[in-house]
Amino acid sequence: MTTYFTKDHEWIRVEGDTGVVGITPHAVDALGDIVFFESQPVGTSFSRGDAMAVVESVKAASDIYAPVSGEIIAFNEALTDAPETINAAPEGDGWMVKLRIADPAELGSLLDAAGYQATLG
Amino acid sequence: MSDAGPLLRTPLYDLHVASGGRMVPFAGYEMPVQFPPGIMAEHLHARSAAGLFDVSHMGQIILRPRSGNTADAALALERLVPVDVLGLGEGRQRYAFFTNEHGGILDDLMIANRGDHLLLVVNAACKAEDEAHLRASLSDSCEVEVLADRALLALQGPQAEAVLGRLDPKAAEMRFMDVADLVLAGIACVVSRSGYTGEDGFEISLPAVDVAVVAEALLADHRVLPIGLGARDSLRLEAGLCLYGADLDTGTTPVEAGLEWAMQKVRRTGGARAGGFPGADAILRQLEEGAARRRVGLRPEGRAPVRGGAALFAAVEGGAQIGVVTSGAFGPSIEGPVAMGYVETALSSPGSTVFAELRGKRVPVAVTPLPFVPNRYKR
Repeated sequence: MTTYFTKDHEWIRVEGDTGVVGITPHAVDALGDIVFFESQPVGTSFSRGDAMAVVESVKAASDIYAPVSGEIIAFNEALTDAPETINAAPEGDGWMVKLRIADPAELGSLLDAAGYQATLG
Repeated sequence: MSDAGPLLRTPLYDLHVASGGRMVPFAGYEMPVQFPPGIMAEHLHARSAAGLFDVSHMGQIILRPRSGNTADAALALERLVPVDVLGLGEGRQRYAFFTNEHGGILDDLMIANRGDHLLLVVNAACKAEDEAHLRASLSDSCEVEVLADRALLALQGPQAEAVLGRLDPKAAEMRFMDVADLVLAGIACVVSRSGYTGEDGFEISLPAVDVAVVAEALLADHRVLPIGLGARDSLRLEAGLCLYGADLDTGTTPVEAGLEWAMQKVRRTGGARAGGFPGADAILRQLEEGAARRRVGLRPEGRAPVRGGAALFAAVEGGAQIGVVTSGAFGPSIEGPVAMGYVETALSSPGSTVFAELRGKRVPVAVTPLPFVPNRYKR
């Protein structure tokens, strides 16, 4: 199991050909209190960089982008009623979407934890 | 705000940073949008205890009658606002707005009668234009003095009276919209019992050099937390209060905005001082006949906030746009999304359902009375 990061502050935890996607503590801190989460439906396919879910904080709406191309095979339905879980546990219970990864080679373009930390300055 | 110059700081900037405030540009100033508790917790704290807001970026302007008679300044100001200023008693304050020749709103403001002068509080983004407008229109009868060296605090919430009363017991004797001289932590302040959160509270005008002393004395009370612009916005939206630049602008009339209550009878058709302000023809006609669109409260179904700028439609599919959202957010006290906007008058009755365009879909939105949270002013 390996975790990769995007410059847009998503993380993807990869096991075999599936990946679980969420946002980083840095992103949660910048967004503030999250009050709404909505995923595209299970079965939707995405290219890398497409918006596949949206979160709204008290301040603004933010798209969650697909770190790699793939198809949504599940999303975190608990977040529909309790989006604040993303604030409380962004890397745990606040996970958002589970993807079937279309092309594992795309993972090579993502950052590792040290590389992501470096982008935060 | 068209000025792209360097951002200004209020005299409380250092205290905001020391308190963990997240600073953002707002109306030309670096202001705290939130403190470590976050917008949701700050909002709920102001509704349940007391919150301290720095509103020093707002403009404070004195109108001093050249004749020495404050009634002359009141009558002069009535040339710019559709409001009864002459009838405003000493030690009282009133909400008003500057209008343009089309009946649109140039800015909204507070006017206080301070005995020998009038004290105006105007929006930060409009203050330069307001000053020029006042000088151009009233210099014959009034000295216009911008109080650039004064700060402004707002203490808001059900515990505000108890907190301020510990510093000066006279605070408890004030009613909503009273203005009085109080001494807080040794500093002479001009205090009004008013605010913009829907809660009971006070606004405190004082010398900029002394504002940190008074702010720290208020924050030393365990019931008081510093509150940022984020919660200030959600509080005023839940209270159904207009934000200039969002819900009010030069293309919006007071009747469209539902501000008839601020235009007293004496300035209306048949009143002793009817008209005489910019746009009087259009505004007085709308007072008689109504306006084609109205400001309404909006409650989107579900949890998704509908933000300012969202288009409103009468039907879930098709049809022309019938309105627009002007303010929208998640209301922490309501525990759901709330918004305000303008709709065609035929659709403005509470109970109507309209549809807001949100990410390419139309979501049902109930038209509701304002405010969303009952006002708790101490009348």
